[in-house]
Amino acid sequence: MNWGLIADVTGALLLLLGALLCFAAAVGLLRFPDVLSRMHAATKPQTLGLLLLVVGVALEVRQPRVLGLLFLVAVLQLFTAPVSAHMVSRTAYRTQQLDEDSLIADELADDLARAGFRRVDRAGDPAGDPAGDLAGDLAGELAGDPAGDHAGADVGRSKPRD
Amino acid sequence: MIVLRLVIIMVAMLLLGVAAVLVLIRMAKGPSTLDRVVAADVMLAVVIAGLGLEAALNRHGTTVPVILVLSLLGFASALSMARFVADRDKAKKWDVPTHFAAGVPDRGGSRGGQERADGLGTANGGDTADGPAPTGEVPR
Repeated sequence: MNWGLIADVTGALLLLLGALLCFAAAVGLLRFPDVLSRMHAATKPQTLGLLLLVVGVALEVRQPRVLGLLFLVAVLQLFTAPVSAHMVSRTAYRTQQLDEDSLIADELADDLARAGFRRVDRAGDPAGDPAGDLAGDLAGELAGDPAGDHAGADVGRSKPRD
Repeated sequence: MIVLRLVIIMVAMLLLGVAAVLVLIRMAKGPSTLDRVVAADVMLAVVIAGLGLEAALNRHGTTVPVILVLSLLGFASALSMARFVADRDKAKKWDVPTHFAAGVPDRGGSRGGQERADGLGTANGGDTADGPAPTGEVPR
């Protein structure tokens, strides 16, 4: 048993782990209900899976030139994967493409309301047929008024205009 | 030992193949554009893993620069698609903050104004006479 063989088998096992993470991500992508939970599954092979794979390849291909490139791959992936994940989840939240019943807490809603954002009713929502009541309720909720108090909500909303 | 290494790498390749098929199913079904974007991201990870497996199997570094470029530029597609969806989708849940809109308190004539005018017009009820009149119609 020399070190070459140990490195070979260890590297192969790491490669197998990386591939397993890719497979798990694919299964999660297929079975999870909405965009955000699918992203939860999808971002695993992008960071941990790729790191395992890079170490595995480095153990299999033992050349200094390849080692440097693989280090660059790992660093770049660690920097760029969160950027795209952040943008996708932000868009998913703002265009309401998430299952709100599955949320336990929505702290971002409070922060957005405090920052001056305002909730807009989704057009063509089958639930909000009169569209006026729902929008008023949501605005009232976010302004801190009791739900349904349309006059209060409107005052709170038009305040920053002056 | 050589055989063990070969078998492990082959099993990993098989897993990657199944993963690619599952991701393709999601990409075809995916109800929204963002689902497909996420699926494309995972597909990119699968492709990178496949290239790495091939490099490891044949013990050469030829495909490593390709992996480098993919991991460097792979995020650009998801990022631009996310921005595209955000701009195109008029059904907004959150509108821009008032103080971000350069002097104009309620911007919105340009984006999503139609829905807002509708929704708030009915929400305001009698209020429309005094001032706040459909915020969507404030000219910029």
